[in-house]
Amino acid sequence: MIHICDVPRYHAISEDELKQMREKHVLLRSFSYEKTPLERGYTDKILTVDLGAKEAVVSDIPAEVKEKFIGGKGYCLRYLWDAVNPSTRWDSPENEIVMSAGPIAGITQYGGTGKTLICTISPLTDIPVDSNVGGFFGPYLKFAGFDALELKGKSETDVIVVIDATTGTITFEEAPLEHFDAHVLCEELTSLYAKDEKDKMNVAVVAAGSAADYCNMGMLNFSFYDPRRGVTRLKQAGRGGIGRVFRDKRIKALVCRIDGVKANLNHVADIGLINKTGVKFHREIANNDIHQNDMRGVGTAYSLRTLADYDIVPTNNFKFGDAPGIDEMTAAVFKKDWLTQGAADGCWYGCSMACAKASDHFLLKTGPYKGQRVCVDGPEYESAAGLGPACGIYNPQEVLEINFYCDTYGLDTISYGTMTAFLMECYERGILNRERTGGLDLSWGNAADDLELMHRMARNEGFGKIAALGIHKQKAYFAEMGWGDLAEMNDFGMEQKGLEYSEYSAKESLAQQGGYGLTNKGPQHDEAWLIFMDQVNNQIPTFEDKAEALYFYPMFRTWFGLMGLCKLPWNDIVPADNALTDDPKMVPEHVENYLNLYYGVTGKRIDTKEMIRQSERVYNFQRIFNIRMGKGLRADDAIPYRSAGPVFEDEYLWREERYDTQLVELAGYTPEQVKSMSLQERMAATRKFREARYQTLIDAVYPKRGWTLNGVPTVEHLRELGMDLPELLEVIEPLLAKEGV
Amino acid sequence: MILNYREYKSWREGLTVRDVIEENTFTWPKLVVKRNGTVIWPEEYGSTVLDETDDLEVIHLLGGG
Repeated sequence: MIHICDVPRYHAISEDELKQMREKHVLLRSFSYEKTPLERGYTDKILTVDLGAKEAVVSDIPAEVKEKFIGGKGYCLRYLWDAVNPSTRWDSPENEIVMSAGPIAGITQYGGTGKTLICTISPLTDIPVDSNVGGFFGPYLKFAGFDALELKGKSETDVIVVIDATTGTITFEEAPLEHFDAHVLCEELTSLYAKDEKDKMNVAVVAAGSAADYCNMGMLNFSFYDPRRGVTRLKQAGRGGIGRVFRDKRIKALVCRIDGVKANLNHVADIGLINKTGVKFHREIANNDIHQNDMRGVGTAYSLRTLADYDIVPTNNFKFGDAPGIDEMTAAVFKKDWLTQGAADGCWYGCSMACAKASDHFLLKTGPYKGQRVCVDGPEYESAAGLGPACGIYNPQEVLEINFYCDTYGLDTISYGTMTAFLMECYERGILNRERTGGLDLSWGNAADDLELMHRMARNEGFGKIAALGIHKQKAYFAEMGWGDLAEMNDFGMEQKGLEYSEYSAKESLAQQGGYGLTNKGPQHDEAWLIFMDQVNNQIPTFEDKAEALYFYPMFRTWFGLMGLCKLPWNDIVPADNALTDDPKMVPEHVENYLNLYYGVTGKRIDTKEMIRQSERVYNFQRIFNIRMGKGLRADDAIPYRSAGPVFEDEYLWREERYDTQLVELAGYTPEQVKSMSLQERMAATRKFREARYQTLIDAVYPKRGWTLNGVPTVEHLRELGMDLPELLEVIEPLLAKEGV
Repeated sequence: MILNYREYKSWREGLTVRDVIEENTFTWPKLVVKRNGTVIWPEEYGSTVLDETDDLEVIHLLGGG
């Protein structure tokens, strides 16, 4: 086991190199501003940066925006709506990237309070995507005087934008000598803008990576300096291609510098309550983590081995749910051989959950940094499952190397993992071959060619250009080339609305099929993770029960994104007496903590009902935003059949007994009928049954959410929420008229 | 015996909570176990013998982001 006290510090960049970089910087434009201090979690200011005009403007956030949209994702969506029109696409100049951390973000007394929410029109889905990320930038932006940041227009050259709260200046600069890959660039800019080693903690950087220039799954890295290791580390706003938009605007990086984090920069309403709530939480983590999930030991990858026991791991492109090689990459293996133990691995101040694990001085074997030793963050569960079992890879060293390159190149590990798994299945089925891939052997488990594919994506070379498109466009391309059948690829290509699935097999949980399919941005589990409640606990057996869960959980979980909170401290570690509560799965004590934090910061007392209403306003706004952009109706909530059932014969035979039994117990066939049916007939019957019940589920969920059966929020529902805004009614009224509502 | 609101067909004399957890590969680290509505703590899994009429809940708590 590797302990932090045995890990040598990373080498700092030499003063000579920094000097050369600094000398080549060109100041394009500079603005002064007066910093607005935070009051009860808000500055009520937004900074708008126009990359084309090289202008920075500070504006007030109107009271009605604050009231209805709260902050975080709510602010992002509101300002994005105002910037775009139905014709806007990801690369339109008017498309914006909007970031906001939310009112609770930036407190340091409780775990998981440093999240930034980011929205843009996605190159993968053509609708708004939201992604959340840890690291320093969002809270520092607040401390610099801004509740939100809008990035608009396009620069003609690569620029960095520096928000320096210590001097009250915003500058546009060219920085030609700095690298593009994130682990190098963030280290360079942290060193350049810090006064000294200690001051590196006061610098936050946002950067994409060299592959984000070409790849629709490009993401954003948010830095946080690790003073113990002496290295700038990275967290990722992964989903939906925000990095691609960032680079299309020719933003090389954002830098925010402050003069230090103090205990009450949010100037909260009741610091005593926040302190008390925080102390209780930290004590709980200290006592319970090691007996529960061991987040401090291995982070979210703790669940890899155990999820395979429930057929939930997305093995071989979600074909199977167990994972034959999983014992080679269990949490115990990562803990023993790869992840440094004993470090305060929080991605924001004060997070005692400390799940941002790292593999230190990891020796790279491929690519432009071959032979170098680097700090690899993670892998988190999604990265490990998507880059590993989804592609038939079970070697931790290979998974870590793929994870590292995804991060530094600016590629979303989830989209990359799911997309590569799709390509591997295409390869297995003859849709792809060595000739079509430019010599790459994309057989299951071939990590070497998996990595080579990614290096080609970063160089925008050969088949890497096809990989850069993402699954949705790849399917169309392969069909157009006559390589594969589109209907068949639609069955096993794990994307919906254009976004690649996150890493859970939902075949045995109808509620989770809805948890993926009935989302706003596409199939990401952050709205609802219902697999255990449904598949294992059997707590939501009826359509009505599932619909209630698919109403409540997306609303509840949206609230974290309004506040700037991480969801993990809600339910990953729970109080020791949680089992004795009325509803252990909701972790009632933690919900109470969140209500106290909200009151402690803003001075406003809300209950869980108002919590859900705050979310519901924003959730419905996002749904109508989707409709405005051309998606967001029932047809767009269709899911690939692989998400609901077995597509191919070997997939059915893998759990033949289960599927045959379900035909009798759930689909109404007699045992004799099933016995007399051919494999193809049983597969067809299974498909018919499973596809029909997904439609029945939708019929139950939409009315629960206040939507029509075509998925359109009703005027009555919007009125009830206080969201009957004219611009929303303009979008939905023609559709409601067509439905006769 | 009922397990998670379904009939448990593998009940036998002497069956314990630990047996049920192992037979069903319930390896998830955060379980809430209730027999007839009363919480059974992990240290009691091996010594809690289940009756044919028992209603057992093995609730897996959520996790992840």
